[in-house]
Amino acid sequence: MVTYILKRLGYIILSLFFIITITFFLMHAAPGGPFASERALTPAIEAQMNEAYGLNDPIHVQYLDYLVSAFTFDFGPSFKYVGQEVSDIIRRGLPYSLVLGLEAMFIALAIGVLLGVIAALKHNRFGDYTAMIIAVLGISVPSFIMAAVLQYIFAIQMQLLPIARFETFAHTILPAVALASTPLAFIARLMRSSMLDVLSTDYIKTAKSKGLGQRVVTYRHGLRNAILPVISYIGPLVASILTGSFVIEKIFGIPGLGNEFVVSVTNRDYTVIMGTTVFFSVLLLVSILLVDLVYGLVDPRIKVAAKGDKG
Amino acid sequence: MNKILEVKDLSVSFDTYGAEVKAVRGVSFDLEEKETLAIVGESGSGKSVTAQSIMRLIQMPPGKFVNGSILFNGEDLTEKPEKQMENIRGKEIGMIFQDPMTSLNPTMTIGKQIAEGLIKHRNMSKKEAHLKGIELLKLVGIPTPEVRINQYPHEYSGGMRQRAMIAIALACNPKILIADEPTTALDVTIQAQILDLMRGLQEETGTAIILITHDLGIVANMASRVAVMYGGKIVETGTVDEIFYHPKHPYTWGLLGSMPKLDIEEEELQVIPGSPPDLADPPKGCPFVTRCPYAMSACTKQMPAYTNISDTQKTACWLLDDRAPEVQIPESAIVGGSEINA
Ligand SMILES: Nc1ncnc2c1ncn2[C@@H]1O[C@H](COP(=O)(O)OP(=O)(O)OP(=O)(O)O)[C@@H](O)[C@H]1O
Ligand SMILES: [Mg+2]
Repeated sequence: MVTYILKRLGYIILSLFFIITITFFLMHAAPGGPFASERALTPAIEAQMNEAYGLNDPIHVQYLDYLVSAFTFDFGPSFKYVGQEVSDIIRRGLPYSLVLGLEAMFIALAIGVLLGVIAALKHNRFGDYTAMIIAVLGISVPSFIMAAVLQYIFAIQMQLLPIARFETFAHTILPAVALASTPLAFIARLMRSSMLDVLSTDYIKTAKSKGLGQRVVTYRHGLRNAILPVISYIGPLVASILTGSFVIEKIFGIPGLGNEFVVSVTNRDYTVIMGTTVFFSVLLLVSILLVDLVYGLVDPRIKVAAKGDKG
Repeated sequence: MNKILEVKDLSVSFDTYGAEVKAVRGVSFDLEEKETLAIVGESGSGKSVTAQSIMRLIQMPPGKFVNGSILFNGEDLTEKPEKQMENIRGKEIGMIFQDPMTSLNPTMTIGKQIAEGLIKHRNMSKKEAHLKGIELLKLVGIPTPEVRINQYPHEYSGGMRQRAMIAIALACNPKILIADEPTTALDVTIQAQILDLMRGLQEETGTAIILITHDLGIVANMASRVAVMYGGKIVETGTVDEIFYHPKHPYTWGLLGSMPKLDIEEEELQVIPGSPPDLADPPKGCPFVTRCPYAMSACTKQMPAYTNISDTQKTACWLLDDRAPEVQIPESAIVGGSEINA
């Protein structure tokens, strides 16, 4: 088990290395630089700034500097916001994004699984059709349109919830729902088909043949097996929530990390781009690892690899 | 002997897109205490549907009881509310399925899967059920049951899984065990072990067994009586001796003829030419008519009634009518002594 985790951590570091490398060169391939847009700067000053921030160094020296800063998680100061460390920016934005992301994940998983189970149990009946209409809507409507529609209905028309910003729990509802809608729909469909598969298996018949009640059969024997594909979807789910948050935070004016990331890219704020990218990557890679470990707990057949390591 | 199960004129259909599949069409048979009744017939003849109807395991819809009754202890199971059926399943009637690779829940330990029935029907505590589970695993011949009980199905071999399945089915000492092709998915040596185990346990517990199989060799070894199914109907029933030595139905002849013989050198196995009837649109007369070498015009028009050959043997065939020509049982269907005990 320990060897297994160490091995996985090794892969994470390897992946990070590639991500950093690719981001670094893409960043430098893009036209412009951190100080290019500020027209007020004279060429002399711009050159001086570049010098001060090490941008005149040969590219491989800059690259090595970045690698070192990335692996020590010390990204230095922002190029744009004087006096602000990248770590400050991350620390400031993270709480918003964390609340938004976790809330969206919770909504997507809880409602998605629920809809999927209802659809499967009411197969080809009203409940199934309703759930699947919701799912198709969720998948086909992009989150930014969903966001606008939600804002229009619940904030402008019904005046139930605040339209933007991120201050109270009420503020979090619309962005979280908008962010959750696509993965929620996907999970609902995944859950439905997996539940239908499981309910037609022999071991469900075996469970019934023992005289267990409908509910025990459905939940103890059905749900636990049917949920496995949803668990493996949590990795992609985290990714989808992360990328979705870039757009949603912008629309709802949430000062989160996703917003910070988008701003840093338009500003060519190299250190912030690098910092947020590394942060997002670590988050994603670690959650994928966690999901795999959880999967091993739920599905005993997966433990084989871990056991092999132990012995 | 006491009848513990009486299936009377049972008909089960499935509503599918555009058609009603009449999978079981008027099946009647009895099961006596402690006996083994074999149901044989080729694929699609309605054996599993019959078996699962008794346990009420057929999904309804699309399935439905069209007609008939299933009397267990004098009570009609087709009319029992679901809640009361739960007290019959597992407790009074146990079931084993064909494929032990898929019939056990992959995410639950064998011990828990055995314990569930005991906790439900015997009011045992978890601990008691666990101990009883170990005892049952030992009974079905699983080595180191104290260890094995905490393992998951994927840690068991196919034969061991079927043993575990037997332990689950017999956990509450049911009066009837329905075994739907319990050895078809296993290799030959394991087959024999599983059948031995079932026979031994039957002697110990006195459970009556309904054994579904295509394999006449297994029938000869295990059963006292046989029902031969074809196209959703029982075309012939009798004791094992009657079915093997005095079969009257051409389909039974075909089955016996397609059994490998040890004492006669044959170039190839006999098969019954043709394919079974479409149960969405079953023939009006005898379902075997299209494949029967002795078919007459009467056969296409009306299903023959059962003719009582003896107290125990009944056959539904027009050849047994007084007006029908005399037909000799074909050479290939004559059973010698050797293959029955093979
Ligand atoms: N859920 C269902 N929906 C529609 N038709 C069904 C359903 N279940 C069974 N049938 C039909 O009922 C008929 C009898 O099936 P059954 O499973 O009883 O055959 P069997 O005798 O057990 O065959 P095998 O030896 O292959 O197990 C088949 O034609 C099958 O297609
Ligand atoms: Mg079958």
